[in-house]
Amino acid sequence: MAQNNIDNIKDHVELFHQDEYQELFAGKKEFEGGHDPDLVAQTAEWTKTWEYREKNFAREALTVNPAKACQPLGAILAAVGFEGTLPFVHGSQGCVAYFRSHFTRHFKEPFSAVSSSMTEDAAVFGGQNNLIDGLANSYSLYQPKMIAVCTTCMAEVIGDDLQAFINNAKSAGSVPQEFPVPYAHTPSFVGSHITGYDNMIKGILTNLTKDQKAETTNGKINFIPGFETYIGNLREIKRIASLMGADYTLLADNSDYLDSPNDGEYHMYQGGTTLEDAADSINAEATVAFQAYSTTKTREYIGKEWKQPTSVARPVGIRGTDEFLIKLSALTGKPIPKELEEERGRAVDALTDSQAWLHGKRVALYGDPDLVIGLVQFLLEIGAEPVHVLVTNSNPDFETELRALLDSSPFGAGATIWGGKDLWHLRSLLFTEPVDLLIGNSYGKYLWRDTHTPLVRIGYPIFDRHHLHRYSTYGYQGAINLLNWIVNTLLDELDRNTIVPAKTDISYDLIR
Amino acid sequence: MTDESIRQIAFYGKGGIGKSTTSQNTIAGMAELGQRVMIVGCDPKADSTRLMLHSKAQTTVLHLAAERGAVEDVELEEVLLTGYRDVRCVESGGPEPGVGCAGRGIITSINFLEENGAYEDLDFVSYDVLGDVVCGGFAMPIREGKAQEIYIVTSGEMMAMYAANNIARGVLKYAHSGGVRLGGLICNSRKVDRELELIETLAKRLNTQMLHFVPRDNIVQHAELRRMTVIEYAPDSQQAEEYRTLAKKIIDNKNLAIPTPITMDELEDLLVEFGILGGEEEYEKAIKEGIKAPAGVA
Repeated sequence: MAQNNIDNIKDHVELFHQDEYQELFAGKKEFEGGHDPDLVAQTAEWTKTWEYREKNFAREALTVNPAKACQPLGAILAAVGFEGTLPFVHGSQGCVAYFRSHFTRHFKEPFSAVSSSMTEDAAVFGGQNNLIDGLANSYSLYQPKMIAVCTTCMAEVIGDDLQAFINNAKSAGSVPQEFPVPYAHTPSFVGSHITGYDNMIKGILTNLTKDQKAETTNGKINFIPGFETYIGNLREIKRIASLMGADYTLLADNSDYLDSPNDGEYHMYQGGTTLEDAADSINAEATVAFQAYSTTKTREYIGKEWKQPTSVARPVGIRGTDEFLIKLSALTGKPIPKELEEERGRAVDALTDSQAWLHGKRVALYGDPDLVIGLVQFLLEIGAEPVHVLVTNSNPDFETELRALLDSSPFGAGATIWGGKDLWHLRSLLFTEPVDLLIGNSYGKYLWRDTHTPLVRIGYPIFDRHHLHRYSTYGYQGAINLLNWIVNTLLDELDRNTIVPAKTDISYDLIR
Repeated sequence: MTDESIRQIAFYGKGGIGKSTTSQNTIAGMAELGQRVMIVGCDPKADSTRLMLHSKAQTTVLHLAAERGAVEDVELEEVLLTGYRDVRCVESGGPEPGVGCAGRGIITSINFLEENGAYEDLDFVSYDVLGDVVCGGFAMPIREGKAQEIYIVTSGEMMAMYAANNIARGVLKYAHSGGVRLGGLICNSRKVDRELELIETLAKRLNTQMLHFVPRDNIVQHAELRRMTVIEYAPDSQQAEEYRTLAKKIIDNKNLAIPTPITMDELEDLLVEFGILGGEEEYEKAIKEGIKAPAGVA
């Protein structure tokens, strides 16, 4: 009787260790004719071999644990960066429930997004009525200032035409004619969450900046974060820009939405870039994106339609931050303040403090293209050696850029870029060519469990550790955070390996 | 992004009506008049460009995408070929009959072409679309920002007219939200009695025009066997002249209308009026006697 005593409710950790469950599992295994434990162990051993690795890499149709999510996830993250904006996913409810829970599990914050609740009849007759009703309901129930529409696979397969549907919904009176309803087609089976982010930002900017082009510029710089899940990064960018005295518009700022103060009340819409500022972004001096591969189409659009210069800066590590500050200084004509110079000095000092523990460490890492480039840049800076660099949502331009970065340092010589591969491939890599450290999101835990490679959690999603998303990985302070996570994981591992007195721990010294 | 000065047109019509033949011959005529044209074949059969390329069927976007694993791995040059008089040719392709989703295939292909800059330095883009507007994917060419002018290829046969009316309904659906308009009916003659008047009347009822009456001529089949348009195979023939006229009419066409589709009953009445269908009694009698239904009624 597992849970009848309300004073002692067992959670997942303990529940299944009780005798009755253990008996149940044994019975289940017998019923299913489970394999002999020896054979299971033997097979598990075999999966660690080169022979298995070759079979694993010969896989064609099957993907196991891809390190990517689907387009609408990125689209709705983009949408909540704008003031009073409700993300609206045209498709079935289940998809949107996953997006919401995914963000909630990462940020530990409520996340509001609605769907047009398409069911089988919508798949047959098209989703127009769902969109018309859905927009009307969301508008009157949740009183947003903007509804940003994206799609799931279902609407995309049947070919729903969002622009036509939205126009028809406006004609039908679902929302007022002038109410902004930007949209993006975000088929889940194309690209990944970073593509969806790009499509949605482009969709929103296209909608809001229509007829807003003025004769003169507003003197501001636009910043586009990309698929950013470190709230600390947005705050760090804002802090740096303020220290520089740069006038900027963050497109868009979801930091308050995803890390809101607890004042005892629930606010559905927290902060965000105002629609006026977003509309005026067309008149800025320049646009700087902090990620390249989640803003490709947006930057192309800004360059072509707004005739505005765009560039990419990844303020990761010393060099990355230097480059960003130099760029910002050039764009604004303002000098880099002493305060930031001092921060730089402290960061460099911190790096040299830890350098002895980092030099020559072999590292495997995986994640989104821009995250990986930033991290590789930093690893090379601290003398660590990237060995396996795995990016499921890779692309040829990214691989060329990363290759050039790796080739620029002797520490990058031994690295292989594994584009389009998944975490089951990485498992084979870690067994056959082991490394000292693994960097990745929470799903790296399974690799850690199997291969015992110490894991530093950097990326998205991070469900199983708290508060990491509040920190920055950008700027000189971000460099210290990255350093902290990396070096202390290595030191933890060192302690773990020297834990037996007089056997592995010989000198009884606190540090080794 | 598509250059707004490009005129985007689409040929729709019942399967087997001679859409691909008519469109390629017409485009050959347009190319002869110095127009820069790209054909986007949106039919899984991929036969929209064979007369231009003199080949059985060109490699399609989706075939290559399936082979490579993703459409991102396809290069534009691999699927964009140049045919007769520099007409650019792309076939979207699609799945085998009975599997997968051809409509999604069309969406994928057109997005691919747009993202890879195929829509540049052109006067015309012509979409050749299979049969009826059967799902959202087949309506992709008439979405906002795509084809603004729809030409329906039809004949005096009942089912061809039925399809034409149905396509008009599809156009109407998108006409109010987007800017798509009906440019006219093209009658590809099947030598049905009083065909010319019939299609002219249908055109009027649909609030459009019969742009041209293309007579039936075996030379079209002769040219087809040689994988050529009539304009290329027999430039001096009367039939080539017909296609040139049609080409010119399309280039000069200013009559773009929002269609007014009619009901099935109205369509049948029209046929009765023209003596193609008998009255209800005659029809019943024919069924009772086991006589085959009038041509085209499946």
